[in-house]
Amino acid sequence: MSSTTARNPIIETKALTKDFDGHVALDHVNLEVRPGEIFGLIGPNGAGKSTLVKMLTTLLPPSEGNAMVAGCDLRREAHAVRAHIGYVPQLLSADGALTGYENLLLSARLYLIPRRERAVRIGDALAMMRLQNAADRLAQHYSGGMLRRLEIAQSTLHRPNLLIMDEPTVGLDPMAREVVWEHVRDLRQRLGTTILITTHLMEEVEALCDRVGILHRGRLERVGTPAELKAEIGPQATLDDVFVRIVGQDVEAAADYGDVRQARRSGTAHG
Amino acid sequence: MARSIIRRTLDYVTEVHAVADAEIRKLRHDPSELATRAIQPAIWLVLFGEVMAQVRGLATGDQRYLDFLAPGILAQSVLFAAIFYGIAAIWERDLGVLHRYMVSPAPRSTLVLGKAVSSAVRGLSQAVMVYLLALVLGIGLNLRPFDLLAVAGLIALGSGLFSTFSLIIACIVKTRERFMGIGQVLTMPIFFASNAIYPIDIMPRWLQAVSLANPLTYQVDALRALMLTGGSSKFGLGVDCAVLLVICAMLIVMAARMYPRLTT
Repeated sequence: MSSTTARNPIIETKALTKDFDGHVALDHVNLEVRPGEIFGLIGPNGAGKSTLVKMLTTLLPPSEGNAMVAGCDLRREAHAVRAHIGYVPQLLSADGALTGYENLLLSARLYLIPRRERAVRIGDALAMMRLQNAADRLAQHYSGGMLRRLEIAQSTLHRPNLLIMDEPTVGLDPMAREVVWEHVRDLRQRLGTTILITTHLMEEVEALCDRVGILHRGRLERVGTPAELKAEIGPQATLDDVFVRIVGQDVEAAADYGDVRQARRSGTAHG
Repeated sequence: MARSIIRRTLDYVTEVHAVADAEIRKLRHDPSELATRAIQPAIWLVLFGEVMAQVRGLATGDQRYLDFLAPGILAQSVLFAAIFYGIAAIWERDLGVLHRYMVSPAPRSTLVLGKAVSSAVRGLSQAVMVYLLALVLGIGLNLRPFDLLAVAGLIALGSGLFSTFSLIIACIVKTRERFMGIGQVLTMPIFFASNAIYPIDIMPRWLQAVSLANPLTYQVDALRALMLTGGSSKFGLGVDCAVLLVICAMLIVMAARMYPRLTT
């Protein structure tokens, strides 16, 4: 395992490709995410965002290419990758049948946080996500925003260098979304965590991201700061304009039944 | 070197405990499942057992039929509880909870073993219910502490074995609908092609061969020796335990390899 330095990208993919029996979901993607930044990944449904995230989190093996994630080789050191990253999936990942405290305890044990540190870390995480008063309630009684905060707490309990969040605000109302954004910024500021976030919301990109990558049909079409991308279109351009220019008329065609079902299911789960 | 091995072993135990403890906590939050699961063995013992005991058509040697039946029903209730563990795994996948386990650095075998241990705890609670019922029905139970411990070990082993088998099926079929169909198709042959409710000797030859390849047969055989006063084992306790241990270990290795497929 190689070590990361401030100058090395925390994610560096090289021709990363995923082929599902002839359907190329991700096509030779070369992406670099720098330490300490909040990087947004946008694209229409079916563009390959979740596939890329699943590969970076070791849930899916690449068909071709490779990546270094948090200083570890994705193919050869999957176990080490998992130890160095945190992941907030698009679907609800907190266990509703456990309390908030128990969900955190489970994560603390799975990440082998020493017993003597567990109570302090869990207490800190609950305080940081403002969940102290709900710690002993079953997670199934939490609101959508509280669940997301609990999941962020679970994913950062082991102090990962990199946090990957797959559409973290899907299904949340604007107020809950704002609170999640605040916590994401806070994480970067307090712990220096690098954050990769996938989203459909241009507003989220504007609010959070230092740089953004646009995926379309499995290809990484553009990477830049929101200001750079908008400047390519014109002085009054918005990120929506950039998105439409790149994705064009293919938005309808890109979303398949599975994408829609998954988006609605996670939306319902966080409702 | 030795310190590193001890450290890794302790880490492994911590991760198995993490998964098992989470499952046990869920059971503590909602123990109603334990009560509802007690109904099925009660029906088998009280209705089926009492009626079949009147027929006297099954050659159970010196044993009363109800005594012969009790270990089989205990094994059956453990089997039925464990075999649907796979559907819980699919449910966890559908909810997204499984992703949290799969992106953790915990080895996959700890996740499978943790589930098996929690299944064992459920199985033991089933055993308590069946023992209480058996006492009420006047079944000649062997209550020697060492034998009770051995029964607990067998129940835990059987629960772990069948819950892991169920997890493998879940990794293959991947959807709840398919699992419901196949779950029914699997549990009935496992139950009826065993010595749970009738002796192997009265089966046709081909069914005897199937029964000998069925791990439930060995669990019931060992339970008959340990659970009942004056009980005996047809194959020998050593053979019964060895067969169950080997099959359970093989299934855990298989499940650990297949479990990550459930998220893809």
